[in-house]
Amino acid sequence: MLKKLSLLLLYLTAFLICLPILLVLLGSLKSTQELMGSLSPILGDANGMVNWSPFPLYPTLNHFYKLLFFTPSFFIVFWNSMKIVFCILAGQLFISLPAAWAFACYSFPLKKPLFTLYIILMLMPFQVTMLSSYLVLDALHMLDTHRGIILPAIFSAYPVFIIYRSFTQIPKSLLEAARTDGAGEFYLFLHIGIPSGSSGILSAFVLGFLEYWSLIEPPLAFLKDKSLWPLSLYLPEISIEQAGMAFTASVITLVPAIFVFIIGQDYLEQGIMSSAVKE
Amino acid sequence: MLHSFHKKYKYLFFLMPSISGVTLFVLIPFMHVVKRSFQTAITKEFHGLKNYISVFHNQAFHLAVKNTARFTVVCLPILILLSLFIAMAMSQLKEIKLLKSAFLLPMAVPAATLVLIWKILFFQEGIFNSSLLTLGLKPIAFMDSGAAFWVLVLSYVWKNIGYTIVLWLAGILQISNSILEAAKVDGSSPMQTFFYIIIPNLKSTLYIITILSFLNSFKVFREAYLVAGAYPHESIYLLQHLFNNWFTNLEVDKMSASAVCIAVILFCIIFALEILYEKDK
Repeated sequence: MLKKLSLLLLYLTAFLICLPILLVLLGSLKSTQELMGSLSPILGDANGMVNWSPFPLYPTLNHFYKLLFFTPSFFIVFWNSMKIVFCILAGQLFISLPAAWAFACYSFPLKKPLFTLYIILMLMPFQVTMLSSYLVLDALHMLDTHRGIILPAIFSAYPVFIIYRSFTQIPKSLLEAARTDGAGEFYLFLHIGIPSGSSGILSAFVLGFLEYWSLIEPPLAFLKDKSLWPLSLYLPEISIEQAGMAFTASVITLVPAIFVFIIGQDYLEQGIMSSAVKE
Repeated sequence: MLHSFHKKYKYLFFLMPSISGVTLFVLIPFMHVVKRSFQTAITKEFHGLKNYISVFHNQAFHLAVKNTARFTVVCLPILILLSLFIAMAMSQLKEIKLLKSAFLLPMAVPAATLVLIWKILFFQEGIFNSSLLTLGLKPIAFMDSGAAFWVLVLSYVWKNIGYTIVLWLAGILQISNSILEAAKVDGSSPMQTFFYIIIPNLKSTLYIITILSFLNSFKVFREAYLVAGAYPHESIYLLQHLFNNWFTNLEVDKMSASAVCIAVILFCIIFALEILYEKDK
């Protein structure tokens, strides 16, 4: 009985948690008239309260059509976001993966303090290092360019931390055995490290995608030119007066993230799990 | 000779790209900021500790530090305990794939999408207030009162709960069944098992969860900023808002002095966490 009750409670909580997402998905199918009608109190056009019916009265894909085919500015920011995210992730592949390997599989002087430094850098909110980032981007003439957003993110300590955890799971004896058999260090990294750490690596990339897909602070601080903005900054600029557009753009922003999330969920879980396991 | 050098420093090959990038983009510029924190903003004359003193006397700095600390102190325990509770319940079940996906889903919602949801739900005339009215209760001014703080707490917990549950589950499922069975045979009550067997075995999980939750607690600024702009209700005026506004006004002196302060505070927190963790290991 108690078990049934806790099960029910769990499913109810899970449903409540997903409810806001459903609200946006269903909202994007509503017609302009319906949205305007129910949102008019928020817009200040009418008194009373929002009257929101969960399901659209007359479902329509009109807003999707308009946004995807007749809004060039949306097209530009969408691809800005894609470019920024994929360049960052590709860069991290070459930078943080080897660094995590070095921390996990070698012992060297100053390893401990260096890793602590990485954790501190990882925890530093963007705003604390904002001024120093500004100074360096200014010196390198990278303000107001995508490079200025991409390059510093490539050296983020976060993926190093996540991937490091999954590399430490590899038994040292396995590496030693391979070394005795004459395997080079680079061979070990490519043929033992990457396959065994794959769940951690993939989960770091799923997390990275979700993180950089909704990047707000760096572009806000360093990109003055709005045509360079990513989707995450463009979206809040759509006022609630254009509710249909706002809903639809939100859904289109949500779709790639959910897509990556669904594909990567198993790796993500395994990766999260391996990071929770004792060293 | 060359060979032994190669052998001894092989780690450098893997580590160097990352270290040099971090040095170029973070460490060197931060050293520069430390230097600037002792100088005047424009003329760059040596200014001693005056920047620090003016930051410590700054009202906005007080408010922002207070709010950020309050947010962290409120959010972390709520998130960590609630997710532990749910993870414990879930660890008893067999079929949890769907539940896990449902709890993890909010993680994928971009800040900008969440903001739209916020507006519809929590505006003065929004869905939440209209249901309060229907129930005969008074509407709440979510965005223009202390309630804004709790909306921020809610969105933080909402977004991070799935991740934290999965972390806890990993820790819980790792505890071997034989220990749990043995405890049961010896007559340990579920409560005793929880406090004396499960909790002590979850310490390293707790360490990871604390670090990652702490990290994510800074990210609520995105939502707060997108919903309420640079000057939100004073209950959610965070350090990030303050830095952002100083940055816009180019108040380099205050910014650098307080960046150094925050870095020192963070350093102490991490250091304390590490020591606690090492002591328990």
